[in-house]
Amino acid sequence: MSTVVLLAVTGLGLGALYFLVASGLSLTYGLLRVLNFAHGAFLTVGAYTAWLIVTRAGGASIGAFGLALLGALAAGAAIGAAVETALIRPLYRRHIEQVLVTVGLGLAIAALIQGIFGADPRPVPVPAWMRGVTVVLGASVPNTRPLLIAAGLVTFTCLTAFLSFTRWGLIVRAGVENREMVRALGIDVQRAFTLVFAIGGMAAALGGALSAAYFGTVDPERGTVMLIYAFIVVVIGGLGSIAGSAAAAALVGLIQQFANYYGSVWWGFPAAGDLAVVLLLAAVLLVRPEGLARSAS
Amino acid sequence: MKRRAAVAGLFVLLCAVPLIPLRAVGVFPAPLNAPGTLQILALCLVFGGVALSYDLLFGYTGLLSFGHALFFAAGAYAANIALSRWGWGPASAVAVAAAAGVALPLAIGAVALRVGGIAFAMVTLAFAQAGSIVAFSDPGHLTGGEEGLGLVVTRLPALLVGVVNTRYLYWLALAYLTVVALASWWLVNSRPGRIWQAIRENEARAEVLGVRAYPHKLMSFVAGGFLAALGGVVYVFVVGGTAPGITTANLSLALLVMVVLGGAGSLWGAVLGGALYEYLDLRLVALAGSPQVAGLPGWLRVPLGQPLFILGTLFILFVVFFPGGIAAIPERIRAAAARHAPAAAAGESA
Amino acid sequence: MNAVPVLAVDGLAVQFGESRVLHGATFAVEEGGTTALLGRNGAGKTTTLRAILGLVPHRGRVRLDGEDVGGLPAHAVVQRRVGYVPENRDVFAGLTVAENLRLAERDGRPRYDLVYDVFPDLRPRGAQRAGTLSGGQQQMLAIARALLNPNRILLIDEPTKGLAPAVVARVVDVLARIGREVTILLVEQNLAAARRLAERAIVLDQGRVVYAGSLGAFLADREGAHRHLGVALDAAP
Repeated sequence: MSTVVLLAVTGLGLGALYFLVASGLSLTYGLLRVLNFAHGAFLTVGAYTAWLIVTRAGGASIGAFGLALLGALAAGAAIGAAVETALIRPLYRRHIEQVLVTVGLGLAIAALIQGIFGADPRPVPVPAWMRGVTVVLGASVPNTRPLLIAAGLVTFTCLTAFLSFTRWGLIVRAGVENREMVRALGIDVQRAFTLVFAIGGMAAALGGALSAAYFGTVDPERGTVMLIYAFIVVVIGGLGSIAGSAAAAALVGLIQQFANYYGSVWWGFPAAGDLAVVLLLAAVLLVRPEGLARSAS
Repeated sequence: MKRRAAVAGLFVLLCAVPLIPLRAVGVFPAPLNAPGTLQILALCLVFGGVALSYDLLFGYTGLLSFGHALFFAAGAYAANIALSRWGWGPASAVAVAAAAGVALPLAIGAVALRVGGIAFAMVTLAFAQAGSIVAFSDPGHLTGGEEGLGLVVTRLPALLVGVVNTRYLYWLALAYLTVVALASWWLVNSRPGRIWQAIRENEARAEVLGVRAYPHKLMSFVAGGFLAALGGVVYVFVVGGTAPGITTANLSLALLVMVVLGGAGSLWGAVLGGALYEYLDLRLVALAGSPQVAGLPGWLRVPLGQPLFILGTLFILFVVFFPGGIAAIPERIRAAAARHAPAAAAGESA
Repeated sequence: MNAVPVLAVDGLAVQFGESRVLHGATFAVEEGGTTALLGRNGAGKTTTLRAILGLVPHRGRVRLDGEDVGGLPAHAVVQRRVGYVPENRDVFAGLTVAENLRLAERDGRPRYDLVYDVFPDLRPRGAQRAGTLSGGQQQMLAIARALLNPNRILLIDEPTKGLAPAVVARVVDVLARIGREVTILLVEQNLAAARRLAERAIVLDQGRVVYAGSLGAFLADREGAHRHLGVALDAAP
């Protein structure tokens, strides 16, 4: 029983992390129809920004960690907006080139970070309570899991509120459905593009910073790994849908954890969960390819 | 005719490299016919061929696949497992790899090509990732997991074993590239190749004209996958083993970079892109450690030491400014020259 | 009557890839009243509207109240007080009726009173998702969006397409009422509706303007009308 609880909480914690990375991707793909391969790099930038702040602040206090999160959010917003303005916007209407450019950017940023900080994972000083455990239903749950889940819920609430109650959120929702009609109503959708990229960058960077706490390290490759899971969540959850991303992220996280564990215990195959979610991606795409091709209306 | 003469001349030159004791200072660490240099060149030739195999899909047929490295890795791992785990002979190992090189792209392509565009790209990425997970997991102790699998050479002909015989590996790589080049040239200049290009231009219109896109796309996918798998076999010999790094999305993305840099839709462009990428990837690290570069300020030295940073940045610049890649540069120079000399041209064309 | 026309189009040409859809169309729409833009399928009517709005790249000149708007992005053209009701209505199905209207608020004072007066059906349905509306109701919503702001001209594309006859009649009534106060350029295949709403006609055939003048006179010339529109006028209700 305690195993199941631990697996469930870990699955939901990882799911929250996937949601953070995927939500931005879902919005940018939904609105701009650009599959941003540099999104993983946003995560890495957030992770290293957080790591830099925490190590400079001298220690693993809550204050330093809070500051690190804020720093990551700022860095994410900045890089998201910069990428949209400098690379995506000039390639308006050239969709394939937009995707290619993000591929190159993802490679370049990961390589640059590797060059500056080294390829090896760097340890992250984490506040004491995060290293602790809480006993839930007989299971010893590391505190990072609920932290991630909480962060995921807060982000979900903020994003949903933004989309439902603000004018720009309305514009984004409409734009995901029919970009051209939004322009035909006299609205400059271009500004929404930049905004959405900035939001996506923020969410991914937050995910990166929290992943630094969760895994206890930062490394240049994690962004690429997370990106694949983010793609899976976006495809399953439906583009432009925050609620869909949240549900899909929880599902993917849970499947991965449970299948990895039982795959290891029953068949000596500890990557069974990783494989399962990847094949799930292929299956969903083959059954419902229009999920990626047309707007969700 | 001039073209063919140039290509033939280049081929002869490439054959002769292991016999040339020339020192290309800065370009290679040792003379051209030294084993270290020959291995670098061999890898450049191999990836030139693999990039060309990807160009058939992406450049000619317009299939943006993010999983091409899977077939390359499948060929490599199949040959390596046959030789090193099962103790088979080289001919059988190549046969297994060739069979995998047909069966795997056929199976995956049959499924993935049911969708198009970005969905197709993501499906190929998913399958490649699945393959990578399997390789890392070391099922049945076949793949060697994270550490990879060293090549067991007991049943190989003596000619391919040992540092002193690197020249034969180089010639093997050259033979591979030649085979891929000839096959590709024949394919793109024949009916399938023209249909591929029609599909790339406008699939809907091709279908209206009576072309069934799906079987032709599948043919392109399998041809490219098969040629990549053969490249994998040669790779195993040249490198002496397989590591799961070759199954990751990074290599598939690298192939994309190679083809775009060199020139998608151009045969020699893709080969050049592959060779150049591999060269930079291998040599830039050494260059970064050299005394000339070590003296540079940090903000210049660090990026220079990261091949993927240079290549990624070049890739972005090429996508935005030189969509035709390096292969399009001669054409652009010619066009620019024509624009700047209209009077002379008008006078001549009387 | 030297007033500058509300809309003046000069040598408008649109090319998609290798096919040219518009070959240098030239016409003007004066202020007041409704002008029908006629032509058979593929003549270039919808493309003309989209080019005026800046939704498709085009060559030639487009002037709104004398101002050249040819190079402007679509949202800038629309902000110069152009209303658009597209061919497929294009309401945002995932948004509510109220949200659809709110999105359309462009200038300072949206005229909700006017909109709910003309379209009383929309008022109680504010919270209803637009995708669940009937075809006729969606058409009303699409027109309401264009009515919400005071516009110099409305570009309306086949508003009666795909609607049941009873609904068509209601749409025509609404457009007649609106047309008394704002200039309308109306693309319509339904000749009876066009006859009821418009005084003038501009006729496109294969991307060129072949007639600009009184609608009545054009339809009276049965042979010419048949040639350009491809319909037997006797069959029109």
